[in-house]
Amino acid sequence: MSQGSIRFAKMLVFMVCLVPLGKLVLETFGIAGMSLGANPVETLLHRLGIWGLNFLLITLTVTPLRFITGKSWLLRFRRMLGLFAFFYVSMHFMVYAGLDQRFDLQAIFEDIAERPYITVGFAALVMLVPLALTSTNGMMRRLGRRWQKLHRLVYPIAILGVWHFYWQVKLDTLDATLYALALLSLLAYRLWRKYVRTAHARRTLQKPA
Amino acid sequence: MTRCRYAKPLPKGPQSPGRYSSICLQCNGAQSGLIGKFKWEAALKSDEKVRSWEITSESNYLNRRQFILDAGLAAGAGLALASLPGDLRAQGRELDTVQGPYSTDEKPNSWQDVTTYNNFYEFGTGKEDPYRNAQDFVTSPWTVTVSGECGKPGNYAYEDIVGPHTFEDRIYRHRCVEAWSMVVPWVGFPLGDLLQRFEPGSDARFVRFKTLLDPKQMPGQRRAVLRWPYVEGLTMAEAMHPLTLMVVGVYGKELPNQNGAPLRLVTPWKYGFKGIKSIVEIEFTKRQPATSWETSAPREYGFYANVNPEVSHPRWSQARERRIGSGLFAEKQPTLMFNGYEEEVADLYAGLDLRKNF
Repeated sequence: MSQGSIRFAKMLVFMVCLVPLGKLVLETFGIAGMSLGANPVETLLHRLGIWGLNFLLITLTVTPLRFITGKSWLLRFRRMLGLFAFFYVSMHFMVYAGLDQRFDLQAIFEDIAERPYITVGFAALVMLVPLALTSTNGMMRRLGRRWQKLHRLVYPIAILGVWHFYWQVKLDTLDATLYALALLSLLAYRLWRKYVRTAHARRTLQKPA
Repeated sequence: MTRCRYAKPLPKGPQSPGRYSSICLQCNGAQSGLIGKFKWEAALKSDEKVRSWEITSESNYLNRRQFILDAGLAAGAGLALASLPGDLRAQGRELDTVQGPYSTDEKPNSWQDVTTYNNFYEFGTGKEDPYRNAQDFVTSPWTVTVSGECGKPGNYAYEDIVGPHTFEDRIYRHRCVEAWSMVVPWVGFPLGDLLQRFEPGSDARFVRFKTLLDPKQMPGQRRAVLRWPYVEGLTMAEAMHPLTLMVVGVYGKELPNQNGAPLRLVTPWKYGFKGIKSIVEIEFTKRQPATSWETSAPREYGFYANVNPEVSHPRWSQARERRIGSGLFAEKQPTLMFNGYEEEVADLYAGLDLRKNF
């Protein structure tokens, strides 16, 4: 893909990533007969959380997709997708802290300390912050090798995120299970690929010169 | 002494499904039947003055031979056997009601809130699933099987269940275990009045209720989210308590399907899941029934499920609740002990450790 078409595609992807937010805005303000339903805070909270998780998993799909298709330009979208994950997760937390708890810091701290599913979700959010902060080109250059190491945090983050989702479901864990399976296959792909590559490298090394 | 004209002897021997007695339970076939007739009529709006005893329900129609035989025996030769048109329980039909006791003066939630935000897993686990998936649910004819430790077991038609009772408007607080709440203007009658008619025996210590099992109509039952059919239970004292309501309507109208038509339980001091919907079985038992939520997650949901701000759900606090309809920026409100019905029900649990018996 040429520079121009990448730039255009990026703009397009950016717009698409804003669609879930746009829909929520329309619903919040009751535009075009849309509504958040009987429990608007819950709807906002759940939808933003789900999209945070969706973007996390989409971000984690980029690398496998690139290896499978061989299209390395796919990587050019990874940062934007990851930042959208951070954006939706942060909004999710803001709705929780602001609308659900009305910035009652004591209640929020209690929740984080006492409710394991909130502890887990909050941990994921905290770990996302350094990833977002170091997502610029300058930081990538400055951190060099350590950048990649740091950004491996995305794996525990995704695990904690799915866990957070799974734990807060009252009983019907079907959706959460599907997310867990999706994440599992994304992680399994990486492990498998690593295994294949090291095995290949070993064979290559063992070959007599 | 004349026998009630609408009376029919209870079938003897083992019950076969679909058969029920249309005996007038009010007079038990011993009086003139006028009370029963009058009360049945009272359930209808004046502009639909079809006398209920003139209507042949489908199951009655299917059992018409037996019915004719019984009718002959009952000397009620003038009974109209022709099936009259009209589903009496068509959605949205207005009910004749009187003002009942215990109503809160809090503002009821809108019809929209009450009928589109429901937990009724038989129709899906999403809050709007019941509204979407229950529209074609068939609630007429409807039969309730009464069994166990009582003097009058048998299969009763919906009309026989509700017939003798006066419908009351009761505005109750409704607190879900998920920490949200509503105020709902129910229409119903005291469950205790109904249970008395079945003459519970001295061995009856609990009442067990069951929801219809019908995966064809109830798509939620095609997945084992809970063990179907849904089962709920009350102690006899709870069941006989005057707050406990057998609900047939909401907002002065017949119960929409998504709210548990045609018959559901409401116990306002307990978490909403105790309010079993679309009831087809009532059983008087000696032992505490194993209820659905308790069975599926015993650490999280108990048999009593009394609203209690001091006993947290293992995963979330029950101290506060979000009132549905209060808007995006409303503060949560504190949850009240027994959902605000402490004065009425606290003595039911005297000496009981509410932390253990949650």
